[in-house]
Amino acid sequence: MTAPTAEMLRRLPERFDHAVLVTVDADGYPLSAAADFEVDEGGSAVRLRPPAAIPVGPGAEANVIFSHIRPQPDMGYDERRYVNLWGPLAEEDGGWLVLRPRRSQTWDEKEVPFFQYSELGVPQAHRYLGALGARQGRRIRPRLSGGWLFLRATRLPFLSATAVPVFLGVAVAALHGSFHLGYALLTLVAASLVHLGLNVANDIFDTLSGADAANTTPTQFSGGSRVIHYGLLSTGQMVALSAAFYAAAVAIGLYLAVERGFWPLFWIGLAGVAISVAYTAPPLRLVYRGLGEIAVALGFGPIMVLGAYFVQAQRLSAEAWVASIPVAILIALVLYVNEVPDRPGDGAAGKRTLPVRLSPGAVVAGYAAAAAAAYAGVVAGVATGILPFPTLLAAATAPMALGVYRGLRASYEDPYALMPTMAKGVNLHLFTGLLLVAGYVAAIVADRVMATPPFFLR
Amino acid sequence: MDTLPGRLPGRVEAVLNAALVAEFSVIGPDGLPITHPMIPLYDDGRIWLHSSILFSRKVEHVRRNPRVSVAVTDLGATHGEPLRDRVTVQGDATVHDGDVHEEWQRIMPLWVAKEPIVRPFYAKRVALPLFWERILIEIVPRRVLVWEGGRTDRPPEVLEMAETAP
Repeated sequence: MTAPTAEMLRRLPERFDHAVLVTVDADGYPLSAAADFEVDEGGSAVRLRPPAAIPVGPGAEANVIFSHIRPQPDMGYDERRYVNLWGPLAEEDGGWLVLRPRRSQTWDEKEVPFFQYSELGVPQAHRYLGALGARQGRRIRPRLSGGWLFLRATRLPFLSATAVPVFLGVAVAALHGSFHLGYALLTLVAASLVHLGLNVANDIFDTLSGADAANTTPTQFSGGSRVIHYGLLSTGQMVALSAAFYAAAVAIGLYLAVERGFWPLFWIGLAGVAISVAYTAPPLRLVYRGLGEIAVALGFGPIMVLGAYFVQAQRLSAEAWVASIPVAILIALVLYVNEVPDRPGDGAAGKRTLPVRLSPGAVVAGYAAAAAAAYAGVVAGVATGILPFPTLLAAATAPMALGVYRGLRASYEDPYALMPTMAKGVNLHLFTGLLLVAGYVAAIVADRVMATPPFFLR
Repeated sequence: MDTLPGRLPGRVEAVLNAALVAEFSVIGPDGLPITHPMIPLYDDGRIWLHSSILFSRKVEHVRRNPRVSVAVTDLGATHGEPLRDRVTVQGDATVHDGDVHEEWQRIMPLWVAKEPIVRPFYAKRVALPLFWERILIEIVPRRVLVWEGGRTDRPPEVLEMAETAP
């Protein structure tokens, strides 16, 4: 409830074609009817043509609502908006009733989109379920099927961020003559488990820090899983889930280390797990300090690519490190773009990500510079002979990067309009990474079937 | 003033069946009415409204005071011809929230008929899970006011409903 403003009242005639006057009748029931209306020039009063049979005593408090929808046969309706006013009614010469509103409550889905409006209702949902549970003598949680809940809690679709660097490390090793399918699959599983453990841990700490509650514009790509915030799972259940993912990852990682070279893989694995934990967990909380992008770039770039490479080749490689740079930058940019809609909530919770710290112009310019650096890394790698020529295929995604840049610039202030851009950013990382891998596959095939492959296949 | 058996007159049923939005008024803790735009659903003499737990404050008011009214005032808010009459129904509401996960789904066909997007939206319920935890409000009509031609400057026809349930 807020006090109505003159501007709010003055705009009523252009936004609504009738009012509905609501009073309480002698039997104690609400009684409502449509009424023509106009607003005084000062925007302090609403004049209503009194409906017949609506009892209005002198000085009576009344509720007047203005409501609008636009029917859309294929979907239902849109343009939902309403303004609720409360205040004393007085009779005026000429038979009009005058409402001088003291309180108001409004919603216009053009100003507060439905999903945001719903997020604002989460505390009320918890209050209602709490009271309902008290009446029924049991705890009532919102319900989601196990599959959907797992998908939501783990943010499973984001695993492409892990698959790309693992595939790339394996591909580089294969070009160098080392390929073991079983170890490659185990590497993928272990890296994925660390990623899932990180996702779940991230939600735990975002809930505990208040970042989830402060964020009222989450999207499919931003704002976390919110399963604790919504009451779908408890903090304890999420802690257990995260611990299980990390434990399974560590077990597989130790097996690979024993099989393929203990100390190098131990340190690579330890670095990966440590960065993923330190990403949101105290005391480092890297993402809260504006270091989240760097942490993600390291973890989903050199660490995963070099780890996957070492498992195959049992040594490290400068080429694998160079190959990891473009995917490291692009995955950091996925996070960077996805943090843009979260910045009000993140800022309120003390999560000082780069989009919280920087101006919109600087964030957009930073995107352009970093994306350009990713492609420059590929070109420089090929030009210096470190990367095989076919990896230039990855540059084919440059128009997508331009699309993300334009989308970021155009929809910076609108979380929901930014969703296609966030999706494009995820795909940009995926497709660029897969094209790098495809470049390696082309080089591998040429190396196997040709005595002297032409320069563009080497 | 006429007294009717449990079922509403056909022209009132037609308004309730066609209307995409109605103003649902409840009595707040301070005794003042509070009104919410909602989709009116009608089935066999009862008006059914439903609310997500996200927007459930109105339900708390109904639980405190079940005296409510439902007014159909937007003559153009239909998927077909504009409504001819405006209608206000006063009645007694019952809250059905014994099973907020499933119970509301019995009104799904009526809801989808007015808002087809609900079906694909529900299929993606993972996107907004709390929205699909819902409460049903059943309203037994007590008195109906029919504003002929939508004109509220003229006295409405008032229909009193019989005490017995349909």
